[in-house]
Amino acid sequence: MANAADAHHDDHGHDDHYPGFFSRWFCSTNHKDIGTVYLYLSMFAAIVGGGMSWYIRLELAEPGIQHIDDFQFYNVLLTAHGFLMVFFVVMPAMIGGFGNWFVPLMIGAPDMAFPRMNNISLWLTFAGLGMLLISAFVGSGVGTGWTVYPPLSSGIYHPSAAVDFGILSLHLAGAASILGAINFIVTIFNMRAPGMTMHKMPLFVWSILVTAFLLLLALPVLAGALTMLLTDRNFGTHFFDPAGGGDPILWQHLFWFFGHPEVYIIILPAFGIISQIVSTFSKKPVFGYLGMAYAMAAIGVVGFVVWAHHMYTVGLDVDTRAYFTAATMVIAVPTGVKIFSWLATMWGGSIDFKTPMLYAFGFIFLFVVGGVTGVTLANSSADLVFHDTYFVVAHFHYVMAIAAIFAMFGAWYYWIGKMSGKQYSEGLGKLQFWVFFVGVNLLFFPQHFAGLAGMPRRIPDYPDAYAGWNYISSVGALITAIGTVLFFVILFRTYAAGSKAEQNPWGEGATTLEWHVPSPAPFHTFEDQPDMSGKAPAE
Amino acid sequence: MSGAKSHPYHIVNPSPWPFVSSALAFAMAIFAIMYMHGSSIAPMTVVFVALVITAALWWRDVVAEGRNGHDHTEAVRHGLRMGMLLFIVSEVMFFFAFFWAYFNASIPALSFVASPTWPPEGIVPLETWTLPFLNTLILLTSGVTVTYAHHAIRLGDNKRGATGILLTVLLGVLFTACQAYEYGHASFGFKDGIYSSTFYLATGFHGFHVIVGTIFLAVCYFRTIKGHFSPEGHIGFEAAAWYWHFVDVVWLFLFTAVYWWGSAGYVH
Repeated sequence: MANAADAHHDDHGHDDHYPGFFSRWFCSTNHKDIGTVYLYLSMFAAIVGGGMSWYIRLELAEPGIQHIDDFQFYNVLLTAHGFLMVFFVVMPAMIGGFGNWFVPLMIGAPDMAFPRMNNISLWLTFAGLGMLLISAFVGSGVGTGWTVYPPLSSGIYHPSAAVDFGILSLHLAGAASILGAINFIVTIFNMRAPGMTMHKMPLFVWSILVTAFLLLLALPVLAGALTMLLTDRNFGTHFFDPAGGGDPILWQHLFWFFGHPEVYIIILPAFGIISQIVSTFSKKPVFGYLGMAYAMAAIGVVGFVVWAHHMYTVGLDVDTRAYFTAATMVIAVPTGVKIFSWLATMWGGSIDFKTPMLYAFGFIFLFVVGGVTGVTLANSSADLVFHDTYFVVAHFHYVMAIAAIFAMFGAWYYWIGKMSGKQYSEGLGKLQFWVFFVGVNLLFFPQHFAGLAGMPRRIPDYPDAYAGWNYISSVGALITAIGTVLFFVILFRTYAAGSKAEQNPWGEGATTLEWHVPSPAPFHTFEDQPDMSGKAPAE
Repeated sequence: MSGAKSHPYHIVNPSPWPFVSSALAFAMAIFAIMYMHGSSIAPMTVVFVALVITAALWWRDVVAEGRNGHDHTEAVRHGLRMGMLLFIVSEVMFFFAFFWAYFNASIPALSFVASPTWPPEGIVPLETWTLPFLNTLILLTSGVTVTYAHHAIRLGDNKRGATGILLTVLLGVLFTACQAYEYGHASFGFKDGIYSSTFYLATGFHGFHVIVGTIFLAVCYFRTIKGHFSPEGHIGFEAAAWYWHFVDVVWLFLFTAVYWWGSAGYVH
């Protein structure tokens, strides 16, 4: 295998030529350091955004008002929770963190294509996060929900500058992501090691490639819509104002034309991570490699033509709803390909139940539950009843929120040895998985029942009839919180007292290129690119 | 470092510009909001100037790397071309949003609140075959001059290349001047309902892109005179030319949809 890789086996002294502190962390042009900072950014945002959701569950634990008597503040909490989790936790961790770290390593590239642009993506994400945090302290905050629908987000109902801060926060984070997307596409197309054809790339690289195209095509449309909202609010345009001939539904179309691909942007990298983990711990290549790669491409393409299934109740005509119902259900086909290929990869494998593999199992379970309710919600006739209930909240938290978090935890346990050179404690890792798995299911599964019984979203109070399921849900939130704290304990313990990670801690199942460089990966890798001619896919 | 690299890619040294420009973008966003809510525009302008200077310093580094003879290998140039192309794709999607808003307002089949007539009642649109058509001719001609410049540079004739670029820049300035005149003499104001909103934001963002493209080409003019470009290596100019063609194509869509089809329902 990689002559270069084996050449600096246990000899990373000469590659560890680190710049000084400010230069290394603020002026970085190194994909590993930038990826590391992205992961810390994500963890910080997760503590803030997760904390908000626990406060929400505390309020909802019983009927009546317990803690939050200012309902606008409740709206601000759940809006910021959504923004933080989507734009500043999942995206920075999956794409900015693990994508930055492992795409170049997996394709045998010495770094990203545009290392300086990589760094501006990172710092613009910080700028966006800063704007979002400030928005909570301006006027009465952004209480619009993450969908920012006018007229609630217009000057009439949100006159303070808070929504403007929210808009520019997304502009900055969006610009960061567009630049990051360009960087990943060029890196993957242009910098693969000799002999590493597209059809030999590990599936995580494929997932980031498809994700990057979705970012490139979807985010500018959001930028356009945000600009219209900004000029409506501040400069007298009438895009979303019926009084001037505008159309509030236009916002919904533009937002969801971005928003639906956005949920695939969140889950596709998770697919890639799960494929690597399942293959590694089943000690088998992924079943149906090409089908897995092109299923992701198909999900990406179809993801652009289903957006109005978020808008079934706005008065679309019946033909339009019939089309969006059919198109949405089509997505179940490539996702089914993925689920069954993971199962087939495990079939007959010698499965090693390490923590990352537990998280992969957990991911598949959660994603199937959320996928099934997704097919239910795809029916425009049924959705007229489900719309804006806790059934929807349960659905999307299963399919993209906790599924994505499971993939991120799985990826952290899978790769922390490579990133830090220290291995986590297997016993604690497994304990953390079980606490977290029980917690999130107890948290979100009852919300299906509350939703089916009619409990509406985004309301801080509810009739006594929903008290039982909400209490269980809040107990689940407490257990989830304990699981999260346990994760940070494991993280600190790994850095402080983790055992030394081997170059390849996972054995024969781990075949991708990152396992052919030392742990921790030296500052510069693959200064001699490995020759992949004649090697099997993803090897 | 660990001796000679064997790959053709560019390992870039640490640079302060990404961090500095992000910090300035953060400050500019805050000052922009303060301006929108009644404060002075001065702080935003100052930070904007600082941002432009930072960008210029960043590109100065890129130009130096492009000219040192070893950083911009063929593989790196290939990547740069691909990156520019993808950036233009993202720009296309930005305009996609404004065209969507325009058709949503003007085609009743797309929206319940679309205007039953287009232009809406009370709007006197610009006459298609006067200034807007002249602008179309100006931009199409500029497409010819920039291609002339490209051919000249590929043949190593930098003198003619510079002439071609200069003509393109002048046509770009002329277009912007015509557009400013048009805005000044339009019968509908910026705040006059959805027609004005879609018209001014779509053509306004196009105009902004023309200005950016003109500056980009002007930089290339000076670089051509200084002999920065060779028949093989002229990525900077290629990117500017591609950007210019993109701006040109957006205009053709604007002309067809907004200026032509959009005023066809009105009898002057």
